[in-house]
Amino acid sequence: MGGDLRDLYFGEALYQALQGRFFDAIQRLDTELAMHHGLDQPGLDTLHYHVNDAEFDVGDFELNYRMHHRAGRAIKAVLEGAVDESVRNEAAFRLARIHFQKDQLDDAQNALARIHGVVPAQIKDDVEFLRANIDMAMGKPGDAVKVLQLVHSDESLAGFVAYNLGIGLFQDGRTREAIDQLDKAGRLPAADDAGLAIRDKTNLVLGTMLFESGDFERAKQSLDRIRLGGLFSNQALLRAGWAEASAQKYDRALVPWNMLVEREPTDAAVQEAMLAVPHAYASLNLHGRAAIMYGKALDQFNKQIEKVDASIGSIQEGRFLKALIREESRQDETWVIRLRTLPDAPETYYLMELMASHDFQTALHNYLDLEDLQSRLMTWQTSLDAFGDVIRLRAQNYEPLLPQVDAQFRELDSRMRLRLEQRRHLAQRLQAMLTAPRPDFLATAEERIAGERLALIEKQLGDSDNPQSLALRQRVARLRGALTWRLQTEYQERLTAAHVHLKELNADVETLTRQYDDFVRTRQAATHSYVGYDAQIAKLRERAADALERVDSLMDRQGKMIETVAINQLMARRERLVTQQTEARFGVADSYDRAARTQSGEEGR
Amino acid sequence: MFRRNHIIVLALTLCLCSVHGWAQQDKQDKQQQQQNNQQQQMRGLDEQVQQIKSDVLGIAAELNQLEEKLLYPSGTQVAIFVALATGDPLRLDAVRLQIDGQLVAHYIYSFKELEALRKGGVQRIYLGNVATGDHKLEVVVDGKLEGGADFSRTERFTFRKEVKPKMVGLTVAGSGNTPIALGEF
Repeated sequence: MGGDLRDLYFGEALYQALQGRFFDAIQRLDTELAMHHGLDQPGLDTLHYHVNDAEFDVGDFELNYRMHHRAGRAIKAVLEGAVDESVRNEAAFRLARIHFQKDQLDDAQNALARIHGVVPAQIKDDVEFLRANIDMAMGKPGDAVKVLQLVHSDESLAGFVAYNLGIGLFQDGRTREAIDQLDKAGRLPAADDAGLAIRDKTNLVLGTMLFESGDFERAKQSLDRIRLGGLFSNQALLRAGWAEASAQKYDRALVPWNMLVEREPTDAAVQEAMLAVPHAYASLNLHGRAAIMYGKALDQFNKQIEKVDASIGSIQEGRFLKALIREESRQDETWVIRLRTLPDAPETYYLMELMASHDFQTALHNYLDLEDLQSRLMTWQTSLDAFGDVIRLRAQNYEPLLPQVDAQFRELDSRMRLRLEQRRHLAQRLQAMLTAPRPDFLATAEERIAGERLALIEKQLGDSDNPQSLALRQRVARLRGALTWRLQTEYQERLTAAHVHLKELNADVETLTRQYDDFVRTRQAATHSYVGYDAQIAKLRERAADALERVDSLMDRQGKMIETVAINQLMARRERLVTQQTEARFGVADSYDRAARTQSGEEGR
Repeated sequence: MFRRNHIIVLALTLCLCSVHGWAQQDKQDKQQQQQNNQQQQMRGLDEQVQQIKSDVLGIAAELNQLEEKLLYPSGTQVAIFVALATGDPLRLDAVRLQIDGQLVAHYIYSFKELEALRKGGVQRIYLGNVATGDHKLEVVVDGKLEGGADFSRTERFTFRKEVKPKMVGLTVAGSGNTPIALGEF
């Protein structure tokens, strides 16, 4: 197998998890761990080689499947088990991370306090990073800064450490140092998409801070470092424009803003730019142009208000939830973006905006998980019906056959037992004869009959002194002597032969025993294939039905929650759009007015 | 092993236009109250969702055991697994398996599945039943090598099924002398 993998089922759990199928991964690994811990000698099990990783991984899978309670329990079990110091420290770190994510800061700090001695190299930086985050969340930015200043992380974490250090300094009131630190962080090389995104975010925050402190030139430089295709580019373009405008450079402000107004019109930054552009034209005394742009903005706001209204209406009709659970929509990570472009689906126009909210994301993920559970439970109910059919058909097939088979088997079984007993008896005798020779035991049937006949003749002859009898007794004695001679002289040879024959018999007995065992197993399998499942299936059916009922009810409540959150957010958005619409309307009138006045002034001159 | 970075980035809310009147403050308080209520409800729901997930996982485990006992009893059970050799750049497209001349599996890999194999995951490609004794296994692997050349190999193996469940592992490699290696467990 690839790498050092020794347990195939552990590999299978990883295979599922690496594809984001955490339910299947947890199920697989849970089963493996339960079997492993139930063994008398777990050291002989192949999972033994990976058991620490498996215990951690099941916690990770549960965390990814948003089961914080179980994840915490799994990791606590590792922490309290008899494990190496480094394993215990890693468990403490993971537990602290779970507590931190759940906002249980004291518990997170207590978990970190359990770390002593050897810390695995791969989590050393993560531990300190987490420690600093907890300090920040507890309102101790000074402590966080001290920790972060000592972290020398690799490229994957460097951007995050540098950013958080900047924020820590800022929250500690050291604004100048914060700006310098963020400036450094905003120039760091990035190894991957996450690194690029945090660098963009750093530059956005830095640009905003510089802008607010009135350092427009530096603000613009920082904002210019943000990638045009990145997550923060709309915000960056908007703020870059404001940085120029604040320095009274309206012509230069128009460059990023004009670029921005061509982008997706549902984005808040784009909508703000729609008003900013005519504002810049008006400031440049291009009132005619400003009037046209205000007019365009007004059109766009009207359309967007209609879209928001359509979205709200569509959500109220329940179409939003249906759109979210479309199978094809979740094939890749860009599904949210693609959903927005679906024709005739107003419910999804503002989905990107909604996704920015943590509450909405949590609710949505839970809803999708519930939908997955619902479809699993429904499939299982069908499976249980199929199992019932399989059992019924097997019973129909076996029940008429088995009594006859059992009767034949009982007869064969008694014969076999008899023969085996005989063989055992012979083996015992031969074994005894090695120390106490008994040539008579090795006599052939003929010899035994001859011996018995001689004994009979001897008995019939009695003790008579009759000469004829005497002669006959002598003959009998000779014959007995000849017989004894033969048995005694051939004894060793016969004993060897007997042992050889017994050994040959062993092979036959072995074949017979194997066939016997095979039969017994097959016979048992036949019974096991249909007997004893009824209660288990009935219980499972009941549990599945009960779970399905609960899932349905939870889905209903979770769905309503999603709709409420979505509608609330869209209502707030609508309110903002109405304000912008009013501003645009006023702008149109004002710009026409000013344009007319300018024109009449020119004519007057 | 399976690890994911859980990077936490601190949020810093910087507001460009921060002029708020008293009326707006009142409205904001109401919105805040509404949000708090929503958050509480969400947390309550989240707890219940976690509980139902746990229950359904329990049902799944029991159902799996039942399925194995009913459909793949240990006396006849055979499971075949596929893994990629560590660090091998082969783009695995498909695997076909025949046991004793019968086609039992023909699997075409998606991008996600291939990535999971490359990161050390192991796929259980087949779970079925065979009688105890020796069996012939034919494995056909199709894919593309790093340079884009076609890769197709067929290997034949024999495995022995005993009374206990049989696990057969196949490791596929685009490079080296052993394109398909068999490991029995």
